[in-house]
Amino acid sequence: MVQTNVDRRSFIKKMAAAAAMTTAATMFPGIIFASEQVKNLNNAGNLDWKKGPCRFCGVGCGILVGVESGNAVAVKGDPNCSVNKGLLCVKGYHQTMCIQAKDRLTHALVKKNGSYVKTPINEALDLVASKMKQTIEDHGKDSVAMYTSGQSTIPEGYVASKLMKGAIGTNNLDCNARLCMASAVTGFLTTFGADEPMGCYEDIDHADYFITWGNNMAEMHPVLFSRMLEQKNNRGAKIIDFATRTTRTSMASNKSILFEPQTDLAVANAICYEIINNGWVNKSFVEKHCNFSKGITNIGYGLEDKFKFTDKPEKISFEEYKKFLKDYTPEKVAKYSKVSVKDIKYLANIYGDPNKKVVSYWCMGMNQHTRGTWINNLVYNIHLLTGKISQPGNGPFSLTGQPSACGTAREVGTFTHKLPHGVVMNKKDREMAARIWKVPVENIPSKPTYHATEMFRAVDRGDIKFIWTQVTNPLVSLPKTSRYRPAMEKDSCFVVVSDVFPTPTSDVADVILPAAWHIEKAGMYGNSERRTQQWDKMVEGPGDTMPDAWMTIEVAKRMGYGDLFPYSEENHAEEIYNEYRQFHEGAKHGMAPLEVLKKESGVIWPYVDGKSTQWRFNSEYDPACTNGEDFHFYGKPDGKAVIWQRPFEPAPEMPDQEYPFWLNTGRVIEHWHTGSMTRRIPVLHKAMPNAYVELHPEDAIKFGIRNGEQVKVTSRRGSCTLPASINERGLPTKGQVFVPFFDESLLINDVTLDAFCPISKEPDYKKCAVKIEKV
Amino acid sequence: MPIKSYILHCEYQNKNILLNELQKLTNCEVIPAQNHEVIVVVTDTDSEETDTELYNQLLEMKGLKHLSLVSGFDAK
Repeated sequence: MVQTNVDRRSFIKKMAAAAAMTTAATMFPGIIFASEQVKNLNNAGNLDWKKGPCRFCGVGCGILVGVESGNAVAVKGDPNCSVNKGLLCVKGYHQTMCIQAKDRLTHALVKKNGSYVKTPINEALDLVASKMKQTIEDHGKDSVAMYTSGQSTIPEGYVASKLMKGAIGTNNLDCNARLCMASAVTGFLTTFGADEPMGCYEDIDHADYFITWGNNMAEMHPVLFSRMLEQKNNRGAKIIDFATRTTRTSMASNKSILFEPQTDLAVANAICYEIINNGWVNKSFVEKHCNFSKGITNIGYGLEDKFKFTDKPEKISFEEYKKFLKDYTPEKVAKYSKVSVKDIKYLANIYGDPNKKVVSYWCMGMNQHTRGTWINNLVYNIHLLTGKISQPGNGPFSLTGQPSACGTAREVGTFTHKLPHGVVMNKKDREMAARIWKVPVENIPSKPTYHATEMFRAVDRGDIKFIWTQVTNPLVSLPKTSRYRPAMEKDSCFVVVSDVFPTPTSDVADVILPAAWHIEKAGMYGNSERRTQQWDKMVEGPGDTMPDAWMTIEVAKRMGYGDLFPYSEENHAEEIYNEYRQFHEGAKHGMAPLEVLKKESGVIWPYVDGKSTQWRFNSEYDPACTNGEDFHFYGKPDGKAVIWQRPFEPAPEMPDQEYPFWLNTGRVIEHWHTGSMTRRIPVLHKAMPNAYVELHPEDAIKFGIRNGEQVKVTSRRGSCTLPASINERGLPTKGQVFVPFFDESLLINDVTLDAFCPISKEPDYKKCAVKIEKV
Repeated sequence: MPIKSYILHCEYQNKNILLNELQKLTNCEVIPAQNHEVIVVVTDTDSEETDTELYNQLLEMKGLKHLSLVSGFDAK
């Protein structure tokens, strides 16, 4: 009886504490009571709390998964993770619920006479290996392809690259990260000669201004945005949202500035014009650390099959650059950007003020852009001209969408042109890969083949006769799926799909392989701030489910490449990581040893002498700087970053009389990408059950459309009918509609255009012309 | 036998001083925020009189800017 009273009292005290902490959280968004959170975790029943990264975005929040009797029963934010400090978003908290979905793929399925037949996994893997081998024998090694993901773990991406490039000897490997951050990569490489942001999330604690360039962080990177809001509330830091649509980010910002789609190129140049014209250039920084260059203009849009483009950089002088910018005075740009002269000058003033620290954030708005590389270059120009870069609170920061777009796609290199270190075109990089992989260097071809869009065009043309997709759902996420769905249905291509759940992509597969989910396998991800995050297997996957890396290894063995894949089933993730780490040895990209990753909630690279490098290229923080100056952009042979002269060029398809609206597509906070996981989490599905089309209220009145009424959105490629949303989640500008792409039953990518940036080959999902009709 | 929870707002950069003061009390659970000048305190006393006495002690503490009661229970 006494014990009961004590328990009751203890329970009431916990309630009282929880009430106070909850109240504090409403007063101070982002407040952390780490000691209490950890204490509660340890006392919560018999749960075994295991650390890992969140599955649902590129922020890389640390999670703790509560495991009881072999089941994942709870998820909490890891208070010891510096990324999220105990916070999670709505997707993060509910993530493990999807693995119990009733339609989980638990066994291999092989299509026989038009029906899927449950098949033992080893038999299915035999079939995949024999089909791949036979296709190579019949049609050559470039007739087979793999299409992987920025959600693949580092080991998964590594063995896919090793199999395709090292063993088979084809560069027919690309990934869905091509659709989300390839422009960021080419932006970094052309400007700095080294990929990935130079800063880190700690910039948030130092910046005076956050400028979000076409980036709805409140929904897409909510935990980072909450950290920004905290700085806004506490220190008076300011958030300026520069976008084509009013979103939750705009509403929470200090100022929202809207621009006409595609004219961000012109506005960025106008900001540079103002910086130079007003004498705000950091002359000493620019003279010591920057060059000026221009490239080819009128570069096309990649709309035709087998499109080729190679830029021809040419050095220019500061005076030539200054002359070029005369076409971008605020007065000239205001006329077509729909941004007022006052607002352009306001933005320039923020960047130009030497006493204000500024971080620019962007994600899909700048990357999914037919001039994606250029707009990345232009924002770097702003930071380079003012010297606001590579310092705490000062820098350009491209955020990633997927949990390992950086760690796997960019660092391991699951693009057609990439190797784990460097690119296939570089002899030394091929030699390094051949040495570590233990294959003849001649095995690795020196020419890239198909980027994502061209890979599926090749399937359509019949050039690719075998394709294996892992951890991705291209028939919902590709642009212009109205072409690529029928392409994948053709008998000319044998389709293998590894996934956790059935999707529109698995619907066209010849073989479906059941994949283990995130916590059902060990792995590593790499987030937006160069942080490598390791986790151990937490629970068993159901049925015959298998980690994607192990599927690749099993197929490689069956194809006769067993000697190259000498890993054990139990520890393959760790063994692969230790092999992979050799590619990045040194001060510029050294990665933390496994034992450090196991202890920490993620470690930022370059990891040198037991320490992470938070701000690259700054000699105060980065041991790779060797030029004796304050800054060293060592990615370029001369140690200098490049300020690029890049003009405004229009979008390939613009609203006209027949198709008078811009179509913009994107995501919502409740769902992860194509929704294959989050739509199976009841609470998220109920919160956002279907896609919709957002309209400006004046456009809605003009067409007699009311909230919830069905609206047909049609482009030159296809149609999609969705319920109208007016003045709800977001508000597009007049003459623009917005549709989220998470809903596989309302495929907006049947409508989008497969135009891409000629340099990065990343498609533009944000701009094409459509018409709308009330149905 | 009251149980109460409070949010204590500290004077600027005085959180550690206030924490030291709070640690001298025996019938308080103290939960400091990591990233704000805020401390949550849960008091557990055996009578209304002790509760009032403790409340007055809290009010007098060095480094305290403001105190607000969040919840109160009369747990027997």
